[in-house]
Amino acid sequence: MTPLPVSIAAAVAAFVMLLVVFELIRSRRLRERYALLWLLTGAVLLALSLWRDGLNTIAGWFGVTSYPPAILGAVGALFILVVLLHYSTVISRLSDQNTILAQRLALLEQQLRESRATGARGS
Amino acid sequence: MPEHSLLAELEELKRLAIVPAFNEEASVGRVIDEIRAFDSGFEVAVIDDGSTDRTAGVAADRGAHVIRLPFNLGIGGAMQTGYRYAFEQGYDVAVQVDGDGQHDPSELSKILKPVLGGEADLVVGSRFAAQQTGAYRSSRTRRVGIRIFASVVSAVVRQRLTDTTSGFRAVNRKGIALFAADYPHDYPEVEATVMCVKHKLRLLEVPVGMRERTGGRSSITALRSVYYMAKVLLAIFVGLFRRYAVPPEEA
Repeated sequence: MTPLPVSIAAAVAAFVMLLVVFELIRSRRLRERYALLWLLTGAVLLALSLWRDGLNTIAGWFGVTSYPPAILGAVGALFILVVLLHYSTVISRLSDQNTILAQRLALLEQQLRESRATGARGS
Repeated sequence: MPEHSLLAELEELKRLAIVPAFNEEASVGRVIDEIRAFDSGFEVAVIDDGSTDRTAGVAADRGAHVIRLPFNLGIGGAMQTGYRYAFEQGYDVAVQVDGDGQHDPSELSKILKPVLGGEADLVVGSRFAAQQTGAYRSSRTRRVGIRIFASVVSAVVRQRLTDTTSGFRAVNRKGIALFAADYPHDYPEVEATVMCVKHKLRLLEVPVGMRERTGGRSSITALRSVYYMAKVLLAIFVGLFRRYAVPPEEA
């Protein structure tokens, strides 16, 4: 069985994390679409730390009998991997968009320069 | 000097030379002059890929269309800018000539001929297609890398290619439209070759002579080559499973 202090500490940590994420969304420093994964992470960790029998059962499935809270760490690590992968896709999309913007800007500037040059010659 | 019939055929077409240049102030002027010497009807678009030297100024003084990227995008992003320009300005034919001077514009007729003759949509000038076509020599590691790419790409596209990393190329309107819509990043030549075949464009390789670089530095240093190899091989592999890009509608 998970020692009670571990459950309490884990639940408090997950709860604080949910609060922080909520506050970041509220103050518009974090967009909802990027916050969802964090909220899910916090919620799952909170649920697993409060529902001590459940954590025990899950640990049993994986043959972790000596120290069930190890499952909390494993679940946390899994979510962090998912979040990081998600960020990689976000960065890739941003840099693609950034490239397109730079190209558009360069093409527009070139057109502006050339039309100004022909305009100056015409007048 | 190109043959007479080729020039006459070219005369009918709106044609653009795309010259990607990153800090090539020492060589870009000569490249522009040589393109004009080959065919004065060629418009030259210099894509200044975030240079910190006088590349843009030198090119503008020669009357080239200068497109200045606000920061360095790498050769892939720069080339795509050129193809977007060619597409939007309604060019029929585009050639790629590096701003570092390693491509010899007097060889342009060799890569243009199959495009004009309707034999191919993309023509790549190869350093190795014929024995000793010029004085071009590259380092041994580089030659090995080029050979590995060539055999991988040859297998993928089921067509024997010898030089998939060459940036000396000519494309018709179909090729321009495709590359304007989608062009690979970073080190794009190998992937662009595969992409072309995937999109059912006809690809042809012709032997050309190349020179040693006259200025600047190669974008591929020894340290980067391993990353380069891994990245390109991954891109070729993933590219096989990728959805087709849709070229933009003709206006």
